[in-house]
Amino acid sequence: MARAIFGARASSVFLFDEETDELVFEAVAGEGADELVGRRFPSSTGVAGWVLVTRQPLVIDELESDPRFAREAAESTGFVPNGLMAVPLLHEERALGVLEVLDRPQQAAFTLEEMALLGLFANQAAIALDLLQAARGARAVLEDEGGEGAALARFWARLEDSPPERRVAAQRLLEAVETLLAPARLEDDSL
Amino acid sequence: MATQEPAPDASESLPAWSLPADAGARISIGVDWPERVTREWAWGGSTGEGMRVCILDSGVEPGHPKVGDLGGAIAVRVQDGETSIDEDAEGDLCGHGTACAGIVRSLAPGCTLHSVRVLGAGFKGSGLALLGGLRWAVEQGFDVINMSLSTTKRQFAELLHELADSAYFRRTVLVASAHNMPVESYPWRFSSVISVGSHEEPDPLTFYYNPNPPVEFFARGVGVEIAWLGGGTIRSSGNSFATPHMTGICALILAKHPELTPFQLKSVLYLTANNVGGGT
Repeated sequence: MARAIFGARASSVFLFDEETDELVFEAVAGEGADELVGRRFPSSTGVAGWVLVTRQPLVIDELESDPRFAREAAESTGFVPNGLMAVPLLHEERALGVLEVLDRPQQAAFTLEEMALLGLFANQAAIALDLLQAARGARAVLEDEGGEGAALARFWARLEDSPPERRVAAQRLLEAVETLLAPARLEDDSL
Repeated sequence: MATQEPAPDASESLPAWSLPADAGARISIGVDWPERVTREWAWGGSTGEGMRVCILDSGVEPGHPKVGDLGGAIAVRVQDGETSIDEDAEGDLCGHGTACAGIVRSLAPGCTLHSVRVLGAGFKGSGLALLGGLRWAVEQGFDVINMSLSTTKRQFAELLHELADSAYFRRTVLVASAHNMPVESYPWRFSSVISVGSHEEPDPLTFYYNPNPPVEFFARGVGVEIAWLGGGTIRSSGNSFATPHMTGICALILAKHPELTPFQLKSVLYLTANNVGGGT
């Protein structure tokens, strides 16, 4: 969507992996997209790194004049971007990552207004991202624990993929199981 | 205008909490202000010589053609919640600090640049390094500290605020990047800090006073030739680069009028802003 708003050739979302101190290509849209997803690099390198560490948006023009950057970009995206605009994805107190929008052949440079617009968009993206990370974190915990955890994760995945009638039935089954597993307070109270 | 009087003895220069009737010498203003403050009066002929400017950032690549030599470089280390200060031999692994240093150098070629590394490789972004670095820099009594960064950690807001106020009263000017986005971040929001946003004009000495806070000034931040790692340059835009423009201008003014308090300096900036004094 960022690409559509700015008429960019490509855009990417980098997520900050705190544990490894890296930025990870999380989502890429546009030219040269697919091979990039999952690629990692140290969190303070490159323009994305600048934006992550300083929490400040940035625009870089004339990228082709940097031979290093140009070659890397060409190899990974299939084209050499002329310019890029990058904003941090900030949610509450954390920097979740960086959103980059690459290149516009028609116009010279990204303007301040566009930086502001991308910033607003990034705010929304960061909220969504935070929710996504929370959900993923929860699922990861379930999957890691093995035993009931893994079974629950599989159950959840099945539930997500099931048609509505099956989901309703599964829901009822779950409620029944919940009653079975509820602590035996009622028996004590009745004494 | 107040005239310059002979410097009073040491006891008179301590902070005064009141002003007795016979202590007029205590409030003598050390600078003769002209009828109209012009840019010529403010910084005409100044190169920033004698000013010590601190770049609080990702480090600075010494010897970069746009930067030249540094007066010193330290890095803040955080271990188990404790910060320590070490000589920085690594320079700038990220490039951002070097870019900012280059801009200050371009405006105030005669100033001495110091680097305090609090960002970049190895820093977890916890905010402790930023606090530790800023505290050290304020204690060192730098004339101007450039902060092209911000933190969103609310737990550090109060401490940062205290540091910023302390700097203000010790005549260390903090210049910080304002945030383009509607985010609660610091230290640019503090009134004791000169906060800087960008305008889109090409002249490095064009700056505007903003009567709608919290951003106080707009300086050149679009299409700036910045120092790039490896000795080159590249064109970039952002408040990160508007900030060192104001830092450089502050260094120019303070080099010519070192007695100015931050309040007076801000007044000079106001009076010489393009939308106030017409850029003259």
